[in-house]
Amino acid sequence: MPDWKIAIIKVVFIWCWTLIVAVIMTWVERRGAAMIQDRLGPNRAGPFGLLQPLADGIKLFTKEDIVPARAQKYLFTLGPVMFALPAFSAYAVMPFGDKITLGGKEIILQISDVSIGILYVVALGSIAVYGMIIGGWSSNNKFSILGGLRSTAQLISYEVPWGLAILAAVMLYGTFSMREVSLAQQGTFLGFLPNWGIFKQPLGFILFIVAAYCEANRVPFDLPEAESEIVAGYHTAYGSMRLGLYLFGEYINLYTLSAIIVTLYFGSWHLPYVDMSTFLGPISYGIATFLVFFLKVAFFLWLFVWVRWTVPRFRYDQVMGLGWKTLIPIGLFNLFITALFIQLSI
Amino acid sequence: MTAESQCRIYPEAINEPEPSGDYVHINIGPSHPAMHGTLRIITTTDGESVINAEPEIGYLHRGVEKLGENLNYTQFIPLTDRLNYCSAAANNVAYEMTVEKLMGLEVPEKAQLIRIILMELARIADHQVCVGILGVDLGAFTPFLYLFIQREEIYEIFEKTNGTRLTNTFGRIGGVDTDLPEDFGPMWNKLRDGIRKANDETDRLLTHNRIFMDRAIGVTPFSAEDALNWGFTGPCLRACGVKRDLRRDEPYYMYDSFQFKIPTGENGDVFDRYMVRMIEMEESVKIIDQAYEMYRQMPEDAPLMARVPKIIKPPAGEVYHAIESPNGELGFFIKSDGTSNPYRIKIRPPCYMIYQAFPELVQGEMIADLIACLSSLNIIAGELDR
Repeated sequence: MPDWKIAIIKVVFIWCWTLIVAVIMTWVERRGAAMIQDRLGPNRAGPFGLLQPLADGIKLFTKEDIVPARAQKYLFTLGPVMFALPAFSAYAVMPFGDKITLGGKEIILQISDVSIGILYVVALGSIAVYGMIIGGWSSNNKFSILGGLRSTAQLISYEVPWGLAILAAVMLYGTFSMREVSLAQQGTFLGFLPNWGIFKQPLGFILFIVAAYCEANRVPFDLPEAESEIVAGYHTAYGSMRLGLYLFGEYINLYTLSAIIVTLYFGSWHLPYVDMSTFLGPISYGIATFLVFFLKVAFFLWLFVWVRWTVPRFRYDQVMGLGWKTLIPIGLFNLFITALFIQLSI
Repeated sequence: MTAESQCRIYPEAINEPEPSGDYVHINIGPSHPAMHGTLRIITTTDGESVINAEPEIGYLHRGVEKLGENLNYTQFIPLTDRLNYCSAAANNVAYEMTVEKLMGLEVPEKAQLIRIILMELARIADHQVCVGILGVDLGAFTPFLYLFIQREEIYEIFEKTNGTRLTNTFGRIGGVDTDLPEDFGPMWNKLRDGIRKANDETDRLLTHNRIFMDRAIGVTPFSAEDALNWGFTGPCLRACGVKRDLRRDEPYYMYDSFQFKIPTGENGDVFDRYMVRMIEMEESVKIIDQAYEMYRQMPEDAPLMARVPKIIKPPAGEVYHAIESPNGELGFFIKSDGTSNPYRIKIRPPCYMIYQAFPELVQGEMIADLIACLSSLNIIAGELDR
């Protein structure tokens, strides 16, 4: 099979898989919330309400598409697209498994192993925020503008600690390539711990996960869409599938962020203490690595849901205070410690 | 800004030029997720800071007081349900007590106990809603539902008592129409455990939560002196540190024979108001326990109604009576001209006085705090607008 065909198969597979995960996540969110809150949740459409996302999708598609009077029409359309697309694109560099050997040909389970993979993901994450800001500013609605303003402030406050956490990780692994980062986490560390990023970068992991919640606009950092304060924030004026793209994009974003967390800090496709390639066949090994990776991602997806339905939300100035006064000093400290360790061990 | 402009409640205020600065007017409500019904607040903001917030009331005005003039004394009871609909039983009793005071009726002891039990149940339900909504407005949705499951159980008891859940129309002038259900004892035992468990869970999810504390402690504080000057009553006043509770200060029924504490706060901030309500729920549980114990010792055939004429015709005169409703001092003023319809009914809802101070409370705070403050005051549009 020529390389371009393999590439197309991988792209199509990842595209569909991401969509399916996002769809299932909307269901998990609602059923999970119901479980936490002692109620049933949607259980009418299909078994266990599994078809609920489909019903929601049909509803959103058949709603009237309204552009508010005096809204910036082009920007209004651009907003949701800019929000949802980067999240998808981030998957181009995400390793979702090790490799499959098929007909004597090694196929890496990653669309493209770019040498600046991590930078690419961070850059795309920043573009998604513009989707919110543009959506908020173009709606000609005061609540939307407040939501847009809040997301701008949030962007500045959390992206710096986020960058610092990633920088420390990059220093540790000495590479920007997602696949090489994954490969580096094989084996054990200090003889008894799995060689995972979290054990070498505990502070960095905490920084990263806090910033990830900020990036995903989830409670406790869901200020741009704080329902009780500014109605629905930046997407107040949105309806029909435009709104659907925002809601959907959020779940794709969650999936991407969870995948980055797993890749950087949780050993990607590696199982602790077990090297699966020694006893599994070439094809089953590929599938097993994919499953291991996905199970880890699923845990973090669930964590997003769990946290959302447990804690209250910060205030606007508290998020900034947390970002500038707590996370950035911790990030710099972490950077310093990491540098020190690297120097000492070499 | 002068004191006059702070308490202005007319919409034309927004058309006046602002003194200085580049401010934005944001119209919060009457249809807004956090406006608990149909409140409207016209806020002048500078970014996220609130420069001024002017409440505009009246979106839920139904003319309850005027309607009362065309109904007879018994027919007015269902209208009192619609004042503070979170605790309808307390409103019913407040009105009935006022009419009984005007007529000089003494309610039988058993009826008093039933009224106390249901009023305290209503107080728990009201506080549960307030505490839960405060959580929702701060972004924590889950405690709200834990509390609501127990509130549902309270309504089960109401339903078993006289067939209604939310709007109780409970009691009649001169007593109560129905006795407590036969299985009140086991139901209450189950409910008490449930309430304590839900409060415990809320405690763990909110009270000791760092984010909640940051959002609530020191937010919109109010001094005891200001609170008294503005006419605060109920939990909001006690949160400011004033130990005033009509159940203890002007005891009615058998409240002076019960052991219960009156919780007070210090700063009158959102957190204190929240804590006062949380503790009051526990105190109400204790009151119900004691009242039910006394109730059980009553003979089975003890009267539930005083001797009242078939048509209620109080003597001509005026009367004011207030009770400690969940929200504060709920008073009824009735002027009677000796006919079967009241000549004039005036209601003193606790919210009305508390809401006046709202601009003063939230000035200089942020929009998110404005929402938190509003839900911690427990402004109920039904009793505010009447």
